Amino acid sequence: METLMAFAVGGLYAAAIYMMLRRSIVKLVIGLILLSNAANLLIFTAAGMDRGLPPLVPEGALVPDGPVADPLAQALILTAIVIGFGVLAFAVVLIHRAYEVVGADDMDQMKDTDT
Amino acid sequence: MLLAVLSGFLLAAIAPWVHRLSGRHSGWVLAALPGALFIYFLSFIPEIADGGQVRFAYPWVPGLDIQLSFLVDGLSLLFVLLISGIGFFIVSYAGRYLEKHRDVGRFYVLILAFMGSMLGLVLADNLIALFVFWELTSITSYLLIGYNHEDARARYCALQGLIVTVGGGLALLAGFVMLAMAGGSYELSEVLAGEGLQEHAWYLPILLLVLAGAFTKSAQVPFHFWLPNAMAAPTPVSAYLHSATMVKAGVYLLARLNPGLGGTDEWLLILSLFGGVTMLTGVFLAARSTGVKQVLAYSTVMALGTLTMLIGVGTETAIIAAVTFLMAHSLYKGALFLIAGILDHEAGCKDFLQTGGLRSALPVTTFFAAIAALSLGGVIPMFGFIAKELMLEAVLEAPTVSGVLTALAVATAILGVLVAAIVGIKPWFGPRVKTPKDPHHEAPPAMLAGPAVLGSLGLLFGLAPMLPEWGVLGAAAGAVYGAPLDVKLSLWHGINAPLMISAASLLLGLALYTQWDRFRAAFAWLDGVANSIGPERQYDRTMAGLVWSADWQTRVLQNGYLRYYLLTILLMMLVSVGVTARIYDISIGELSFADIQIQEWTVLGMTLAAAAVAVTIRSRLGAVASLGALGFGVALIYVLFSAPDVGITQVLVETLTVLLLVLVLFRLPGFLNLSSPLVRVRDAVIALSVGGMMTLVMLSTLHMRAHDSISAYHVAESEPSGFGRNIVNVILVDFRALDTLGEIFVLALAAVGVYAMINLRAEDRK
Repeated sequence: METLMAFAVGGLYAAAIYMMLRRSIVKLVIGLILLSNAANLLIFTAAGMDRGLPPLVPEGALVPDGPVADPLAQALILTAIVIGFGVLAFAVVLIHRAYEVVGADDMDQMKDTDT
Repeated sequence: MLLAVLSGFLLAAIAPWVHRLSGRHSGWVLAALPGALFIYFLSFIPEIADGGQVRFAYPWVPGLDIQLSFLVDGLSLLFVLLISGIGFFIVSYAGRYLEKHRDVGRFYVLILAFMGSMLGLVLADNLIALFVFWELTSITSYLLIGYNHEDARARYCALQGLIVTVGGGLALLAGFVMLAMAGGSYELSEVLAGEGLQEHAWYLPILLLVLAGAFTKSAQVPFHFWLPNAMAAPTPVSAYLHSATMVKAGVYLLARLNPGLGGTDEWLLILSLFGGVTMLTGVFLAARSTGVKQVLAYSTVMALGTLTMLIGVGTETAIIAAVTFLMAHSLYKGALFLIAGILDHEAGCKDFLQTGGLRSALPVTTFFAAIAALSLGGVIPMFGFIAKELMLEAVLEAPTVSGVLTALAVATAILGVLVAAIVGIKPWFGPRVKTPKDPHHEAPPAMLAGPAVLGSLGLLFGLAPMLPEWGVLGAAAGAVYGAPLDVKLSLWHGINAPLMISAASLLLGLALYTQWDRFRAAFAWLDGVANSIGPERQYDRTMAGLVWSADWQTRVLQNGYLRYYLLTILLMMLVSVGVTARIYDISIGELSFADIQIQEWTVLGMTLAAAAVAVTIRSRLGAVASLGALGFGVALIYVLFSAPDVGITQVLVETLTVLLLVLVLFRLPGFLNLSSPLVRVRDAVIALSVGGMMTLVMLSTLHMRAHDSISAYHVAESEPSGFGRNIVNVILVDFRALDTLGEIFVLALAAVGVYAMINLRAEDRK
């Protein structure tokens, strides 16, 4: 499964970078969303992928019975997803504000810091 | 000893307060330090004169085997006596000269720190310590030259001096490191005592690097241009820099290294020819200048050239001549610069053409100017005469290129007499010329003391050469030569070739002096040549070139286009990862698609398809919708592979994201095709390469595990220590609670930002 995931993550990275290289600022934001998904999946894959082994301790026990999936990677991804959303919300409002001032979606018209 | 070296810096730190407390006599108060140092160093004379050495070592950076070691031998003793002795007169003189200047306190800080650096430079026995003091002199002299910092010309000159000397300093550092590696020690005395440096494979690089440092510092052609410009400094500074200190540092270094690096053909040829040419260039430029300080500055260039040449020739006579000349020059040059200051201070003259007939107004100054100038011209019975005789003798006996050097020396001797006449006759004798300021009285005692003592010493040492010879010159010559020398200085050598040359040059020089105006006119055309191709012009061009290339580089690299920044980063990443993979011969693991179940194929296929649609679709709604589909696909992957919490979060966040995008993006214009097809192809190629690279990196790292994961601890301790059965939750709120706190902070900050921007918009509308 990890092999297939490697190709899928590579494909997401390619899509993200293509979008980030566009001049339109909206496409840049879409590229960022793709990029954060790709990075999360990269971490998820790197920790190893297991089916049906959620990291939970059964009721009454002190440790899980048998092996479980890596909980640390999941915790990191969880944090990353939430922070990614915070950044996205800020970026979206920012570009909206920038559009109101500059009047264009084209980054080439935002070269000056003074407008 | 450490205290003696550092005392300059210590006193510098409190000098402004001392100045404020002692008022107009601060010059005398602060001059007590150089005076005390002079007496302290005098106490070394008996031991050094008997051929002894005194060494002090203090640990500095023990880990790197660098220590603060000082060596007192003949050479360093000669220098420290000159530095502290002349320093005494400079500081006391400056107190009166700069009396009306508003920040004299700053001047004292700088001049005392400079004196401390110079003492450290000539005493240091460790190469690193020597280099540090070397650079400290560059920095403090930069501040001294730029003392009148409101004057653009002074700032330009100070920067020029700094760049030339520090540029040479860089070469010197490289040379020192190589020297230490070749010699096996950072202690200079050990390196020089070792054998075989001259045959070492690195000899030539070391020599060239060290010479680059010494030549820039000591203003050898073609780096001579910064020195006259350093005249932008107040006169006491010029006197100090030129007589005993800054510019002699390069000469000191050559003399110090002579036992270890000298004696080869390269050493002899490079030093004697550069020195000889510098000597003639200096005296020639001095003879065609009219500015008081300029004439003196160029004659310093002449002296530095002479010293370099003599050290290069390296015979016994040449070394004795070098140390004698060094001392004679320090004495008369210090006196003459201080007299130039008196001319400026009392009569307002900065140019020899404004002067004449000041003898009656300034009789004492005239007398000392005359004896200092006689020493400069090398007239019997002055100390300068002995030095000049020895110099001519050394040149006549030089092992190679004797003819060239003799020709240079004779021409220099003639022009030297002319320069001495300009300095010693022009301002004082002849008809009285109206000066900018009418001198009412003699200079104050603080200003006369220096020229009087230094000038008189030139006469005294000429009449009684055994005094300096017994004290330090013999030991100094021995230290430079590398073996004890039997030094016998005397005023009268009998009638020989040097005496004949001296006499002839005296007559010719005086004859030239009567034709000085015509001499200058005859060479006026050289100004144009110097302005178009001279070394200073090259310096200006280099500086302009630097600015231009910095400008060009900024324009190219800081172009303001996000996509070009991204392209640069991505290409660099591709190249560096590719090269690394190539060097370490990294291969990917085995590809296996065997264990994949049908629902996993479906989910992944859907996710990738959504990504492809999001990239290619022309409609914004479609793009947002496919992003949503992609997000839910990713959530399914999390759920399928044992991460239910992550899956739930992803679903929530994805829903919010789609809502947010729909709310905001639809206030923006529709997608436009802003790029040409060619650009899009280029971007697609780069995007696919980076994507492919990520795939390869993942494939090659999937089966690597450099360290054990700490997850096992989290799993084992979740219930016993964290009292929670959902291990991911326990990690978030317990084991890594600080991370989560940071996350909350980021979210709060983003929320504040969003709120502020929305409010800002509302205000705009009003």
